[in-house]
Amino acid sequence: MTAAAAFFYLFAAITVASGFMVIASRNPVTSVLFLILAFVNAAGLFVLMGAEFLAMILVVVYVGAVAVLFLFVVMMLDVDFAELRQGFQDYLPVGGLIGAVFLIELLLVVGSWAIDPGLVHGPLAVAPGGETVTNTQALGLVLYTNYFFFFQIAGLILLVAMIGAIVLTLRDRPGVKRQDIAIQNARTQASAVEVRQVPTGQGVEV
Amino acid sequence: MNAAQIVLPAIGPALPELILSVGVLVLILYGAFKGERSTEGVSVGALILLILALFAVVSQPFGTKVTTFNGSFIVDGFARVMKALTLIGSAAAILLAKEHFERERIARFEYPILIVLSTIGMMVMASANDLIGLYMGLELQSLAAYVIASFHRDDLRSTEAGLKYFVLGALSSGMLLYGASLVYGFTGSVSFPHIVTALREGSGLGVVLGIVFVAAGVSFKLAAVPFHMWTPDVYEGAPTPVTAFFASAPKMAAMAMAVRVFVGAFPTVTPEWQQIIVFVSIASMALGSFAAIGQRSLKRLMAYSSIANVGYALIGLAAGTQEGIRGVVIYMAIYLAMTLGAFAVILSLRRGRQMYETIDDLSGLSRTHPFVAFLLAMMMFSLAGIPPLAGFFAKFYVFAAAIKANLVTLAVIGVVTSVIGAYYYLRLVKVMYFDEPAEAYEPMGPGLRIVLGLSSVVVLLFWLVPAPLVGLAGTAARSLF
Repeated sequence: MTAAAAFFYLFAAITVASGFMVIASRNPVTSVLFLILAFVNAAGLFVLMGAEFLAMILVVVYVGAVAVLFLFVVMMLDVDFAELRQGFQDYLPVGGLIGAVFLIELLLVVGSWAIDPGLVHGPLAVAPGGETVTNTQALGLVLYTNYFFFFQIAGLILLVAMIGAIVLTLRDRPGVKRQDIAIQNARTQASAVEVRQVPTGQGVEV
Repeated sequence: MNAAQIVLPAIGPALPELILSVGVLVLILYGAFKGERSTEGVSVGALILLILALFAVVSQPFGTKVTTFNGSFIVDGFARVMKALTLIGSAAAILLAKEHFERERIARFEYPILIVLSTIGMMVMASANDLIGLYMGLELQSLAAYVIASFHRDDLRSTEAGLKYFVLGALSSGMLLYGASLVYGFTGSVSFPHIVTALREGSGLGVVLGIVFVAAGVSFKLAAVPFHMWTPDVYEGAPTPVTAFFASAPKMAAMAMAVRVFVGAFPTVTPEWQQIIVFVSIASMALGSFAAIGQRSLKRLMAYSSIANVGYALIGLAAGTQEGIRGVVIYMAIYLAMTLGAFAVILSLRRGRQMYETIDDLSGLSRTHPFVAFLLAMMMFSLAGIPPLAGFFAKFYVFAAAIKANLVTLAVIGVVTSVIGAYYYLRLVKVMYFDEPAEAYEPMGPGLRIVLGLSSVVVLLFWLVPAPLVGLAGTAARSLF
C-alpha cells in the first residue's frame, strides 16, 4: 500500500511537472520530449489503477505513434514559436482576466463538493472481473457484444477519415514516371536496343 | 469466456443505417476501381441508396418504440420522422451538386459517398438513446462535413471554410464530451432512461454544469447564437451545393439531437435547461434578423437566415411540451423545403463558368426568368412568415406552443424579430421585381428543377393539405412523452 502510494506520488509529480514543461519550454522539440515523458508517467498511473491495457495502449499509441509524429511535424515545419508567442503580452490582461474568472468559478463548483471518504482510504480501484479476467479480455467481451454498434460506427468514422485524407490531398500529377510491369515485360530486344554505326570522331545524335 | 451466454442484438431496427452502410462500401469499391469516370454512377447509386433507406424508414412499424444494441439505439416516431427529413435533405444535396460540380470541374465520386456517410451519422444521432451513440453519430456526421466543406480544394475560400469548420467543430465536440462526462459522472450512466431515473429527485451542481456544456456543444452544431461565428464564413466559403447541404440535412439531425438530449435525457430537470434554450433562441432570432440586413452575398444571407430559423425552432424546444416538439418537427420540415428551394434558385444564377452570388445579381430576375423569380419570391414570403404560405404555419405552431407553455415574452420577441427579418427577405423580392434587369442566366438543370419543384409544392400548397405533416409531427412528438 505504501509502495503504491509512493509510486503514485512519484508518477503524478513527474506528470504534472513535465506537463508544465511542455508549455513552458522554449524549444518545441523539448516540449514534445516532455510530452512523451508525461505520457509514460500517465501510463504508470494507469498500471497502479489496475488498467494495464490502457497503460500499454497509451505507450504504444501516444508515445509510439502520436508523439513521434508530432516530433516529425515540429522538425519538418520549422515553425517559429518565438513569433507565435509575440501576441502573448498584448492578450495577457484579457486572457488573464477570463482565466481568473474561470478559476474562481471552478473553485466555487469544486469547493462545494465533498470527496467520498471511501475513495480516499479504500484500496486502489480494481478493474471489473477482478483477478480472473484480464483487462484485454474484459474489454473484448463487451466491445464485440454490448458495444458492437459503437464499434461499427467507429469503423465508419475511420473510413471517413481515410476517404477525407485522400479527397483532400491525392492529386493526379501529369508526367510522373511510374513503373509499369506489363510494359516492361512487353519490351523485346528489337524495341529496346538499337545498334548504330558510329563514324569516327563525329558521335551520334541521341 | 462463456460464449453461450452472449446474445446477439437485434439488428432489424437499424435496417436503414445498414442499407446505407453496406451500400456505401459497395459504392466506394465501385468508385475506386472505376476511377473518376464513375462519378455519375456513384451519384445515382447514392441517390438510390438514400431512397431505399427512406423506404426502410417509412416501412418500420409506426407508433411502436423499439430499442436495440443494449438500449443504446431507439426507433420511435420521432426518430423516424427526423430520419426521413435528413434523408430527403441529403438526396437533395446530391441532386443539387451534380451540375455545379461538373461545371466547376471538381466533380469526384467521393462527394456522394461522403454525403451518404454523413447521413448515416445523422440517422444515428436521431436514434441515439445514450450519450455514446449521440457522440459517435455526431462525429461521423461532422467529419464527413468538414471534408466536403473544403471539397473545392484549389479554392482558397473553400479550404479556409473547411479548416475553420474543423477547428471550431473539434472544439465544440470537446465541450460536448466534457459535458457528457460530467453528466455520466454525476448520474452514473450514459443511457438516457437511466439518467432520467437518476435525476428524478432533481439535480446537483455537477449535472447542471454538464448540461450547460452539452448545450454549448449542441448549439454549435445547430449554429445557434452564441456559437454561430463559424456559420457565415463556412457557408460563404464552401461550394454552394455543400452550403445547401449544411443548411438542410445536418440541421435536421442537430435539432433531433437537441430534442433527444433535452427531452429524452433531462425531462425531470426542465427548468435547468429551459433558461439556456430560451436565451439561445432569443439571441439567435435577434442576431439572425439584424445581422442579415447588411449582407450583400446571398450565401451569407442564407447563413444568417438559417441562424434565425434555428432560433424560431428552438422556441418549440424551450416550451418543452409535446406541442412544442410537434412545432419543432413541423418547423424543421418546412424550413427544409424553403431552404432547399432558395438554394436551388441561387445555384441557377450562372452564365458559363461564372457563378453569381450577390443580391444585386438577382435584379430584374422577374423579367428574365419570371417563373423562377416567382418561386423564389414565394420562398422569401414563406421565410418571412406571410400567410397562407408554409412558413407562416411553421411559425404559428411554435409560437402557439410557447404561449401555451407560458413563454409569452419569448413568443412576442419571436414575432418582433420575424417582422425585422421580413425586411431582408422582402428586399430580395423588391430587387427581383423592381430593379433594372441584368443579363439572363442559363436555364436550370434537371436536378435543380426537381428540387425547386418539390420544395415549391410543399411551400405553396401546405395550407391546402396540412394534415399529413401535422399528424406525423404529432405522432413524433407523442412518442417522446
